[in-house]
Amino acid sequence: MRNRLLSGPYLVWMALFTLIPLVIVLYYALTDSATGSFTLSNLAALHNYFPIFLRSVWLAVVSSMICLLLGYPVAWRIAQARPSRQRFLYMLVMLPMCISFLLRTLAWVSLLEDTGIINNLIRALGLRPLPLIRNSGAVVLGMVYNYLPYMIMPLYTVIMKIDRRLVEAAQDLGCDGRRVFLKVTLPLSVPGIVSGITMVFVPAVSTFYISQKLGGPGTALIGDVIESQFKAAYNPNLGAAMSLFLMVLVLACIAVMNKFTGEDERVATV
Amino acid sequence: MRKIASRAFAVTLAAMLFAAALGFMRARAEGDDAKSGEGTTINVYNWGQYISDGADGSIDVNAAFTEATGIKVNYMTYDSNETLYSKLKTGGSTYDVIIPSDYMIARLIREGLLAELDFNNIPNYRYVDEAYKNTAYDPENKYSVPYTWGCVGVIYNKKYVDEADVGGWDLLWNDKYAGKILMFDNPRDAFGIAELSLGYSLNTEDPAELRAAADLLLKQRPLVQSYVMDQIFSKMEREEAWAAPYYAGDYLTMLRENDNLAFYYPREGFNLFIDAMCIPAGSDNKEAAEAYINFMCDPSVSGQNLDYLGYSTPISGAKDYMDPALAASEVAYPSEETLARGQTFLNLSDKTLQEMESLWLGVKTAGGSSGLIYAAAGIAAIIIALAIIFIRRRRKLARRRSMYSK
Repeated sequence: MRNRLLSGPYLVWMALFTLIPLVIVLYYALTDSATGSFTLSNLAALHNYFPIFLRSVWLAVVSSMICLLLGYPVAWRIAQARPSRQRFLYMLVMLPMCISFLLRTLAWVSLLEDTGIINNLIRALGLRPLPLIRNSGAVVLGMVYNYLPYMIMPLYTVIMKIDRRLVEAAQDLGCDGRRVFLKVTLPLSVPGIVSGITMVFVPAVSTFYISQKLGGPGTALIGDVIESQFKAAYNPNLGAAMSLFLMVLVLACIAVMNKFTGEDERVATV
Repeated sequence: MRKIASRAFAVTLAAMLFAAALGFMRARAEGDDAKSGEGTTINVYNWGQYISDGADGSIDVNAAFTEATGIKVNYMTYDSNETLYSKLKTGGSTYDVIIPSDYMIARLIREGLLAELDFNNIPNYRYVDEAYKNTAYDPENKYSVPYTWGCVGVIYNKKYVDEADVGGWDLLWNDKYAGKILMFDNPRDAFGIAELSLGYSLNTEDPAELRAAADLLLKQRPLVQSYVMDQIFSKMEREEAWAAPYYAGDYLTMLRENDNLAFYYPREGFNLFIDAMCIPAGSDNKEAAEAYINFMCDPSVSGQNLDYLGYSTPISGAKDYMDPALAASEVAYPSEETLARGQTFLNLSDKTLQEMESLWLGVKTAGGSSGLIYAAAGIAAIIIALAIIFIRRRRKLARRRSMYSK
């Protein structure tokens, strides 16, 4: 009884700011903009944007994978360090997040632009400037840069908790370093990998600011289209339908990822 | 000992906070003297970079208004008429003064989103030139007071763009400058340019003509660096881009930062616009808002404000307060002969607007390498499916093994 009371404020919060908005999104997605009557035409219009959905998912998957490859060694190394050192290293990982996300992305713009810092340097050396900005690569770079801490955090927490005795037992039984990693450390860090990928993938797939600043006209993501529907085109119905579909897509992706973990270590879906 | 120290610290802190609060209250009380509009704050929602804000020794218009009337100004900006429209339509925010363009004013009037102005509170309206009264968008002069007017032309960088390529809208379709061309990020201006290039009216409602314009924009897309509005300032000034269509007044602002920039009015014709001040229906401070509009129509304010902005004034008397070079500028005040090529936007029917919006979205999102993306997605799906099957099998095996070992 007491526990239920304690969770009360949060449940009210959830109902007001998560459930009701979701119902509103659903309502807009299923109604016509002019008459307000029930229609499926918004959902039917989604097929025009299928390539953009795919592009968003693709770029988000690529950035999650790169984050994993970059983040895992870092998380592992931090978990191995002395405890006092660990706190310091962990803080270093978190440090970029103290600066506004928008500012960090804009900083990348001024680095990568045709007249940016890097290209000016290249030009000063007498070489041809590189096309660094306005392509998918730059968008992936922006995503990896911004979301890498979200990958390292859960990985670090999970790897740190791995029982050292299991590693020692494997070594005692004759495993070399590579096999200890493959047979003990890696399988035990799967929950961290899955929640890390989820925490990178979900914001990456719905981002719009990064692709607007670092991408070109050809790299519009679904977040950009949704933003334009609400901000400029004033077609909230189509925007809501897109958001709804994106939500389903994200839930499906999380469900797939949960297949990789055991029964008791699933990532919460909502 | 430590405890005492921390308590002493807490007491000092509390005392400091109290003193600060007292000082703040006194400052508030002192500010509350005579002026009539004291205590009211109006929300002004204007285009970005569209008011003289005190930079480079210019007049700070909002501060001057607060000084004159005591009314505080909460100033916010938007980057296109369409953004403004969405904000008004979504509700939730109340604005007291907005400055949309002609065609958007007509649309807002049609949808009942504007309040009728009380011209008794705007005596300075008498300074506005007759040419900017009884306009097509507000034929009875009930809802709007002109703020500026101007034209759309092409801004280019003399350092990179060949003079031979200059003169028409086709510069923006010239693949010599691929990746260095900017384009409007709003459907009305972008379609307007395509329609002028094709020789159509700016206000065509013919679906076939709209589609042809969209096709032309699609053809331009691979050459476009970005679709932008206010970002154009920094991109042109830093030479990140070399050619862009934009408003003449903003060219004069950019020219101050980079004198390699040049400007022309395309031979096929161009858009001539009036931006006017309106009060949205539901404004809480209508009288204060009217005072603001009145203040803006004061010839000396308009003159100093537009002297900084570079846009053209609808109040001839204001030219006396401007830099004479600007008042004589062919860019800000084109000759009758040039102006004859200008066309104004009229409001379009809802059906055409919707059609244009969806064509515009198509232009902006047309898939580049969608075939490759489909292939990649297919391969990824197969890999994931295989991985899931593999893991399930292993898990089943492991379970069976552990059953036997028990």
